[in-house]
Amino acid sequence: MSTAVLPDRKVRGDLSLRTPRLSPLVAVSCAVGALAATAAAFAVTPLAGRAEFVIVAALAMVGAVTGVSWRIEGRRRALNRLVTLGAGAAFALALLPLGAVLAYTISRGLKRFSGDFLTHSMAGIGPLDKAGGAYHAIIGTLEQVGLATVIAVPLGLLVAIYLTEYGRGRLARSLRFFIDVMTGVPSIVAGLFIFAFWVLALHRGFSGFAAALSLAILMLPVIVRTAEEMIRLVPATLREASYALGVAKWRTIISIVLPTALTGITTGVLLAIARVTGETAPLLLTASGNSFIHTDPFSGPQSALPLLVFQQTQSAFNVAIDRAWAGALTLILIVVLLYVSARLLTRRNTLARR
Amino acid sequence: MTTSSALGTTGVGGARRRGDAIFRGITLGAGLFVLAILAAIAIFLLIRAIPALSQDKGNFFTAKIWDPDGSKVFGIAALAFGTVLSSVLALVIAVPVALGVALFIVEYAPRRLANILGYAVDMLAAVPSVVYGLWAVYFLLTEMIPLQRFLAVHAGWFPLFADPEGKASRYSQSVFAASIILAIMIVPIVAAVSRDVLSQVDPALREAALALGATRWEMIRVAMLPPSRPGLTGAIMLGLGRALGETIAVALVIGATFDISWHILTPGGNTIAANIANRFGESGDLGRSALIASGLVLFAITLAVNLMARAIIYRGGAVERSAAV
Repeated sequence: MSTAVLPDRKVRGDLSLRTPRLSPLVAVSCAVGALAATAAAFAVTPLAGRAEFVIVAALAMVGAVTGVSWRIEGRRRALNRLVTLGAGAAFALALLPLGAVLAYTISRGLKRFSGDFLTHSMAGIGPLDKAGGAYHAIIGTLEQVGLATVIAVPLGLLVAIYLTEYGRGRLARSLRFFIDVMTGVPSIVAGLFIFAFWVLALHRGFSGFAAALSLAILMLPVIVRTAEEMIRLVPATLREASYALGVAKWRTIISIVLPTALTGITTGVLLAIARVTGETAPLLLTASGNSFIHTDPFSGPQSALPLLVFQQTQSAFNVAIDRAWAGALTLILIVVLLYVSARLLTRRNTLARR
Repeated sequence: MTTSSALGTTGVGGARRRGDAIFRGITLGAGLFVLAILAAIAIFLLIRAIPALSQDKGNFFTAKIWDPDGSKVFGIAALAFGTVLSSVLALVIAVPVALGVALFIVEYAPRRLANILGYAVDMLAAVPSVVYGLWAVYFLLTEMIPLQRFLAVHAGWFPLFADPEGKASRYSQSVFAASIILAIMIVPIVAAVSRDVLSQVDPALREAALALGATRWEMIRVAMLPPSRPGLTGAIMLGLGRALGETIAVALVIGATFDISWHILTPGGNTIAANIANRFGESGDLGRSALIASGLVLFAITLAVNLMARAIIYRGGAVERSAAV
């Protein structure tokens, strides 16, 4: 960023080295001026509202800086400034909902969030009762997500090993393609499939295990892809050293390649778990929900945290809404915990230090 | 120091080869099993959908009613319309923002910050959809009333924003609300894939443009966007696929009516996925069958969109696949 201001230059539009440039000071004062003008306009004219102020002020600031830049620096640099400001604004706009959701959930959730909430179920809780909690739902979520992980991780790892170590040619290519396509299967469709297959066709009824199956379908492609990526990062020299010692390929994969890629794979698994922990739609069709503590995941309807939140949200009573917020807070805490551990693991990952 | 195994004694070598063959077989089996799951999804949905389709007294593709348990008349028309309308609107809102985010992270943010900022955007995808729904119902919808009023009054001449009955200025569960929440939810995936695509542009192209005196935006326009186009198209299509299938947040903020209306500000609207979530609990056997039939349509639509997206990305060439999407 050049700070040379040459106000006497009349030549505009060319980009010779002596083209006048806007100093940061001028740019900032333009923005501040626009902000002040907006504030004045909101004080005098009927314009009102927080959101409106932010929108109008942002537009005015971008407009002012771009306009002044156009006058002094010419069209090309003005356009450049416009795009720069636009990209920054887009980023701020994208993060706004994240901040809003987190702040609002924490402030509303804390009203009801307590040890009591975490250790009591909804058994015998009437529509207007203040008590009740998420204990049964937490048990359900832990069991369902745990089972889904137990199913999806070995299967996903095997597929990833096939793709990286053995797969060649058309079969591997189309397998990879369809696993990518599988990431796009809507969660409700995974739920419908398990409902049609496990609950109806095999007559197993609603259960935590059915929920785990549908979650496993959603986890599988994520695990395959991260594991594949991590296994690919294992240096070929490690494998060759192992072959040179006369170790068979499959032993090399199990005792050299996988342990080396372990940190990265664990990160991927944690991210996959975080993603399915908040899934509600498939659980509606497979676990069905239950207000009692039900520890057996293999038979009978079970609750889960997202299900509890969804069901409490649909109530018309404030006590239920408060429970929904407390449940949402619990859910977010779990997901954030998983994300942060994944992040910390990535730091320790010597293979993929980016 | 030659040992017998290094010389390849047939016994040990044979065992080793057998071990390899078995292991390879197991991994191949796992791969084929995953393909079988994908096929099974289609097959089982079809099997369960057929009884409902054969008992449908209306036309499944044109009827705008959903009453499988009562009059046995139900059709996908209104649902499919609402699904596509809300998703396309979400895309219109989300794509400029997501591309801006991707550009900001790749091009404008300081190198050290870029990773952390990208991570923050990924966190958007981590918030469970039921939490987004809850937040939308109790916060966003109320905050949006002035915006809806503004659009209805000042842009009402535009058919989408028309408000013939004057309902837009009130709290409303509408297609517009659903599109906004969908847009928030698909920004991270579109931004993440776009970011990967943009960051893989050959540095030589960028440097050449800058060396010729291009401003940064000109460099982006002439050197970064053209080679990234297939990848960006794919990213947008992936976002579309996500939006089409999103369920719970939409179920909470949409009006759940069965009509085909372009008036997105007025209460109403519905999507296939939201309808399944809202109706499943109260449906009888035929009702659930009918919901499965609608799910099959959703599966077909999202599958087509995803197949196209992946095909475009793959054809685009050496775009590395990012893990988190």
